[in-house]
Amino acid sequence: MNNATPLLHVKNLHVRYTTDEGTVHAVNGVDLVMKKGETLGLVGETGAGKTTTALSILRLIPDPPGEITSGEILFDGHDLVPYSAMKMRKVRGNHISMIFQDPMTALNPVLTIGDQISEVIRLHDRLSRSEAYGKATRMLELVGIPADRMGEYPHQFSGGMKQRVVIAIALVCNPLLLIADEPTTALDVTIQAQVLELMQNLRTELGTSMMLITHDLGVVAKICDTVAIMYAGEIVEYGTLQEVYNNTRHPYTKGLFGSIPKIDVRERRLKPIPGLMPDPTHLPQGCSFHPRCPFCTDQCRHKKPENVLLYGDHFAKCYYAEDGLQ
Amino acid sequence: MHRYVLRRVVMMIPVLLGVSLVIFTMMYFTPGDPARLILGDTASEAEVEALREEMGLNDTFIVQYSRYLKKAIAHGDLGTSYVTGRPVITEIVARFPTTMLLAMLSVIVSVLIGIPTGIISATKQYSIFDNMAMIFALLGVSMPNFWQGLILIIVFSLHLGWLPASGFYGPSYWILPALTIGTGTAATITRMTRSSMLEVIRQDYIRTARAKGQSEIVVILKHALKNALIPIITVIGLQFGRGLGGAILTESIFSIPGLGKLMVDSIKARNYPVVQGGVLFIAVMFSFINLLVDILYAYADPRIKSQYRRRS
Repeated sequence: MNNATPLLHVKNLHVRYTTDEGTVHAVNGVDLVMKKGETLGLVGETGAGKTTTALSILRLIPDPPGEITSGEILFDGHDLVPYSAMKMRKVRGNHISMIFQDPMTALNPVLTIGDQISEVIRLHDRLSRSEAYGKATRMLELVGIPADRMGEYPHQFSGGMKQRVVIAIALVCNPLLLIADEPTTALDVTIQAQVLELMQNLRTELGTSMMLITHDLGVVAKICDTVAIMYAGEIVEYGTLQEVYNNTRHPYTKGLFGSIPKIDVRERRLKPIPGLMPDPTHLPQGCSFHPRCPFCTDQCRHKKPENVLLYGDHFAKCYYAEDGLQ
Repeated sequence: MHRYVLRRVVMMIPVLLGVSLVIFTMMYFTPGDPARLILGDTASEAEVEALREEMGLNDTFIVQYSRYLKKAIAHGDLGTSYVTGRPVITEIVARFPTTMLLAMLSVIVSVLIGIPTGIISATKQYSIFDNMAMIFALLGVSMPNFWQGLILIIVFSLHLGWLPASGFYGPSYWILPALTIGTGTAATITRMTRSSMLEVIRQDYIRTARAKGQSEIVVILKHALKNALIPIITVIGLQFGRGLGGAILTESIFSIPGLGKLMVDSIKARNYPVVQGGVLFIAVMFSFINLLVDILYAYADPRIKSQYRRRS
């Protein structure tokens, strides 16, 4: 592997869903770069297109109704978009794997945990049934579940335990990239921290890069190296953690930070971003954030802003990014 | 699990008692005098009355029913056929293999057609295949069995002359009746498989299986089908149970000497003991098939298995 090529380079990705109610423009020109070993936080509201972006990378968009209409997904230098189903299967679970939001439904209820972990090993490693089972057992212990539970079924596990199993499945083939789609949203707050820590430890141990999809900016601050802020199917701001957090340039990002209540200030009300995310079947003209933006001008209403490159890799999709926000 | 099965078997006793009471009552109030039927029109009133007394037909309902029960429980004696004079049990046992064979053949036909069709329909929802399959399924469900049987006879026996139209003497005789029952059932199984699969293939764990890099065919057959199986097993079990009771119309059309035909003939002849015994036998079969289906549930879904374990 060449260190200069990024592990993942998504270029101008467009995904749409064709439904009876109209065409949903879920992802509209996403650009993303992930270096090897890096943790990227993909942040945005519900419906911003985070999960669609993630599923596109694995080419798991349900088709129909979904479809990648244009763009490239360069994984380790190879574009995944034109890959055949067969070739793609060798990537999934092996080089790129994914942890889904809801562990309660992500595991097959009629197969044992052991079978479900072994399955992915048998698909990608040339191992016998018993060798695969042994490897699966070690992985299960690695995520903190005793080996004697290999023969049990998902309904015998708690939510946090199930997510550990899902993590085991995702990491057992030692993938280069792990996509974690809100891995802790469905869990109790006390379990969330444990699961995140487990993921973080394993990731470091195995040298896996991770794309963490979340809307929790606190989690991002704790474990991510770079941050991508997503809004209405676009990356509106991208940069290193320090840059984005300390030198915020996009008004949407600013709004996100503003909506977090501060522990040391007694606030009478929470400060939400006014308005709602635009309907993805009818995106507004110009900058898609303009109806909610306090800094909006005429230019924003008519013409879509381009990425404005700031310090280092840091960019923001806003006309006034360079001026900073007053 | 064993205790669960045992309990279910014990629970069958009140069910069978209830069935026997209902059928006995119905037969008791049915017009027509068995003694007169046995002796024929030429017998004198006194002879008939003497036979009535001998058969115990003049006793009260309660006395007659308890006598029937006592004999059935103590000796397994369900009475004797008025027509042949042989024990009812013998009559039923003689017919059962034929019915069993027909039931099994038709279930095999329906499963072989229904499950694959349902799976393909679900994975290719709204495709031409799916639409065609659903039209045929609708036809199969709505077409009466006897009519379908007659059509098959007209086409394959009368016009083409490929297969015999009546009797049950060998494999070539089995095909048409098995198809008659099997295709109708296949329609139900197709629809059930399709709807059950459609529900399952939208589940998250199917996406997980795909995200592992599993091939589509294994995703469908291993991950989806096993989860979709419960309602399908239910339908198959129900149809098989019904088949074991004898396919009354189909057996009549193809002159198959099975339980269904025995029942029809016995009802026509007012052969009460055989009707009573037959209904009781069908109830037993149905209960056993239901139990079998419940046990199969546990093998298809581990959540049900652990429930059984907790309850017993």
